[in-house]
Amino acid sequence: MEAPIRATGILGFTLFSLLFFVCRSSPLHNLFISNAERRIDVTSHIVKVYLTLKVENAGTTPTSEVLLAFPPTQVDHLATVEALVTKGKRKKTTLVRLDVKPTELPDAPNGAKYFTIYLANPLNSGESTTLEVLYLFTHSLEPFPAEIGQSESQLVHYRDSALILSPYHIKQQTTFIKTPSTKVESFTRVEPTNRAGTEIKYGPYEDRPPYSFSPILVHFENNSPFPVVEELVREVEISHWGNLQVTEQYTLVHGGARHKGVFSRVDYQSRPTLSGASSLQHLLARLPPRVHSVYYRDEIGNISSSHLRTDSRKSELEIEPRYPLFGGWKATFVIGYGLPLQDFLFESSDDRRYLNFTFGCPLLETVVDKLTVKVVLPEGSKDPSAVVPFPVDQHLETKYSYLDVVGRTVVVMEKKNLVPVQNSHFQVYYTFKPIFMLAEPLMLASAFFLFFVACVAYLHIDLSIRK
Amino acid sequence: MAAVANMPVSDLLKSFKLKTKQQELLIRVSILCLVYILAFITRLFSVLRYESMIHEFDPYFNYRTTLYLTQNGFYDFWNWFDYESWYPLGRIVGGTLYPGLMVTAALIYRILHFLRFAVHIREVCVLTAPFFASNTTLVAYFFGKEIWDTGAGLVAAILIAVCPGYISRSVAGSYDNEGVAIFALLFTFYLFVKAVNTGSLAWSLASAFGYFYMVSAWGGYVFIINLIPLYVLVLLITGRYSMRLYVAYNCMYVLGMLLAMQIRFVGFQHVQSGEHMAAMGVFFLMQVFYFLDWVKHMLSDTKLFQAFLRITVTCAVTVGTIALGLGMLSGYISPWTGRFYSLLDPTYAKDHIPIIASVSEHQPTAWSSFMFDFHILLFLFPAGLYFCFKRLSDATIFIVMYGLTSMYFAGVMVRLILVATPAVCLISAIAVSATVKNLTVLLRSKNKGVQTGSTKGSGSSKASSKALLDQSQPFQKNGAIALLFGAFYLLSKYATHCTWVTSEAYSSPSIVLAARGAHGSRVIFDDYREAYFWLRQNTPPDAKVMSWWDYGYQITAMGNRTVIVDNNTWNNTHIATVGRAMSSYEDEAIEIMRSLDVDYVLVVFGGVTGYSSDDINKFLWMVRIGGGVFPVIKEPDYLVNGEYRVDKGAAPKMLNCLMYKLCYYRFGEMLTEYGKPPGYDRARGVEIGNKDIKLEHLEEAFTTSNWIVRIYKVKPPNNRW
Repeated sequence: MEAPIRATGILGFTLFSLLFFVCRSSPLHNLFISNAERRIDVTSHIVKVYLTLKVENAGTTPTSEVLLAFPPTQVDHLATVEALVTKGKRKKTTLVRLDVKPTELPDAPNGAKYFTIYLANPLNSGESTTLEVLYLFTHSLEPFPAEIGQSESQLVHYRDSALILSPYHIKQQTTFIKTPSTKVESFTRVEPTNRAGTEIKYGPYEDRPPYSFSPILVHFENNSPFPVVEELVREVEISHWGNLQVTEQYTLVHGGARHKGVFSRVDYQSRPTLSGASSLQHLLARLPPRVHSVYYRDEIGNISSSHLRTDSRKSELEIEPRYPLFGGWKATFVIGYGLPLQDFLFESSDDRRYLNFTFGCPLLETVVDKLTVKVVLPEGSKDPSAVVPFPVDQHLETKYSYLDVVGRTVVVMEKKNLVPVQNSHFQVYYTFKPIFMLAEPLMLASAFFLFFVACVAYLHIDLSIRK
Repeated sequence: MAAVANMPVSDLLKSFKLKTKQQELLIRVSILCLVYILAFITRLFSVLRYESMIHEFDPYFNYRTTLYLTQNGFYDFWNWFDYESWYPLGRIVGGTLYPGLMVTAALIYRILHFLRFAVHIREVCVLTAPFFASNTTLVAYFFGKEIWDTGAGLVAAILIAVCPGYISRSVAGSYDNEGVAIFALLFTFYLFVKAVNTGSLAWSLASAFGYFYMVSAWGGYVFIINLIPLYVLVLLITGRYSMRLYVAYNCMYVLGMLLAMQIRFVGFQHVQSGEHMAAMGVFFLMQVFYFLDWVKHMLSDTKLFQAFLRITVTCAVTVGTIALGLGMLSGYISPWTGRFYSLLDPTYAKDHIPIIASVSEHQPTAWSSFMFDFHILLFLFPAGLYFCFKRLSDATIFIVMYGLTSMYFAGVMVRLILVATPAVCLISAIAVSATVKNLTVLLRSKNKGVQTGSTKGSGSSKASSKALLDQSQPFQKNGAIALLFGAFYLLSKYATHCTWVTSEAYSSPSIVLAARGAHGSRVIFDDYREAYFWLRQNTPPDAKVMSWWDYGYQITAMGNRTVIVDNNTWNNTHIATVGRAMSSYEDEAIEIMRSLDVDYVLVVFGGVTGYSSDDINKFLWMVRIGGGVFPVIKEPDYLVNGEYRVDKGAAPKMLNCLMYKLCYYRFGEMLTEYGKPPGYDRARGVEIGNKDIKLEHLEEAFTTSNWIVRIYKVKPPNNRW
């Protein structure tokens, strides 16, 4: 399960990665890690960390809780933490997802933040288990130099710790950092360290005591664009006449190294690989199947550079901003589409209706700093309640649309720092009487009827004074 | 109930059968409804072909102000000082515009929202012009009915609904003053003619309000305030003076004048400006006339009256002349403006006001554009005049005068075809209606004659007797049928022509350019919006953009950035300064640009796409306008033997002036067309003369994907150390 992170705005100077396991119900040294392997993927602007841990219980009491921890500076950028455990023997292995929840510990050194992994089966004394942990960081690659010209390539700093910081004893650990290309300007050496191709290997390190860390800095080329959606407002409007209208307002910015100096179109057109290599030219949005009436526009009108491909399982909308985005350049735009209602609206067992829809941003490989999802329920619906797999800020609003008298209830949900893997589903439950569907047509019909009656009356009344 | 149920179907139908009069009413109303709808939908080509967007240049300003009005309310709008244009002067928007259009659109928007139609203000603005065009067809119907008969009214409604001369300014998205003004103009005229025909205070009051709306909507109200006095004068001279005319004109003039003074942009011009003096003169003349009439009534002696008449007229003329002269001399009455002169004398603007002459829609009209905009109406117009003269009345005199004067103005300026269109449609409608009516009467009475022998002709005795008289002529019936078919053919040609013109020529927003690709596919050049949106998103919010004035409104509306000059060409010197900067060498231009706090310079360049209305082609006007104020700029410096060139043989000043450098910067490396050398300008079909352009004080900030808009950043001054 995803872990909710609230960015508290703490600015960290030292970025070091700590990871350690604590068993709350038993003393810390009951658990130890016999083998840890960490693979850090920095090929895109979302840093993906895959961690494989072999945890052993050396204590006497069984334990089912394992803690993960992060330094406060990294917690701000932490988008999601997932933990999996392999079940079964040899060939019939299946991965089981474990619950991960944020935890506070009173005696956390250096303000470290904790996450608890709840094991499905308690780990008995002397037993060991292998955990697969995946977590993602956003905004963790710092462009250096911070400003580049059009023909320069984008270099970034990545800061972490060579050692997996842990309160426990880690018997053996290795860290791999995968860079997008072989062009690495520099990297901190913590022997044994070696570099082969696009991979830098730290370790193996043996028998490290708890809370040991060793800051490292990797300076490398990353020419992938850094699409960051500063703000996304998704509005999902339910019409019981069979349509689900989705409107998404984006504020997109290229979060990479800022563009400086000239923008030369002739260079950009004639040498596309050398010039503006890190510029953001197009984005791909994955929309649900059977999407219709798609539009892509901004404040000043339609943007003609988009392509829609649909098949039975998904729809892909490829969009190009009006101009290529260089570092620091912004673009705002709106994507809207209609969907057949029966794919998303269901009736629950207690006679209520619920909408089942994806929470996140449909753009691939994009970080969303702030997401607001608004579900506009039909007029006359009552008792709305939202079920979201992770904590979000919620409140209700009222919106007036075509021919609304009392207004439509809007369920607003807000979340910060989202990455695409979090595009999980949420549900909004509400009660609605189908008779309300007829309110608006009846209103229109009666308005026309009154108009005609007025015409007939006017033609039959003589208002002149003199006869 | 049972009785009804038992009735046979035919009886039921019979009970629904309408009388002839009701049938006629039904047909008339349904034709009007269809015309109303037709007038609306024929203007939607641009929405279907492109999108619901505001077109061209001025509409963007109107849209921006309407947006401001709906967001901030009327009083803020009225007191709006816009510091985003005419930097550093700013513009008092509330006092320098005709608010009618914006208030109308905002009102429609409010009403729709009150009725819970959650439309966007842009949609309202886009559809305002078609909506008012539809209303104009109704007015045309009533006007035609007033001056001729219902048939002519119906034909007039149909003709004006699709007439290209009117469509050119009222397609969806063309959110300009003319869109509502033509409606207001025709409506005022209709109400005035109605007032003259009835002598009713109510109608003339209505026409005063119509005039007020017209004044609030468009500067073309000057046409009304001069045409109506002229019409009154003609009626006086032709001895058609009547009490009806007296009531209609006096009420309309006095109230209309007072109401018009409420518009801040017009202010006291009705009593202070030379263009409005004719109306006042005729107003006093009316009083003198009425007075004389009264004296004539009181004095029985004719000789005595003649003497009195002579004295009074002499006195009145003298007093009037002296008053006018004193007013002119003391400066209380302003002389005629240049725009007014240029209407009376088509060559005036070319010699004296280059800024008016530089606008393409101010050029004298070519015959082809008359044909393009009027088609068969051009031939029907004289025929209609003939019918009008044949049945002369107060109303037909009015339409004849309206037609003739507006046709003259249409010849002077292309855009005034718009004003002539309603008159041409009405007069042509009279021709069509009268001809078709005569022909059908001929046909029908002959048939009757054959069937019933001799008819007394209860309905149209004159026509049928005429038909009986003409019975001796052979092939008369066939001739009539042939003529009817001919008329039908011509009208159908007119309809197809109008549709074609609307879809091909008048439905392009000019912001988005469309071209046919190599395989017949549609290629869209959306460069303007690309550049404006770039400005909006990626420049500091207080950046000042210098461009030629054509793009000013668009930059402020779409780019949301401050401009130096815009399409409201109120300050010629300021525009000339920009023209001077564009036509100077870079180091001279930078001084001007620094003095104006310019951060970005925007030029429009069509050399890559072959888009011909770009800044290089407009450049000579910049030189002329700049040279008109600053004599250091001389037009011959940019010409070679009187020829305007950009290739190797161009004048050295041309090759090194700022505009040339900004347009062609690094264009020399660009291959535009296969088989041509690099730096081949497709808009002018030549290889450019200066391929090695270095910029010292400016740097390229952005160029759109088809190079149509290029934006340069003014570099900060070099560090002195």
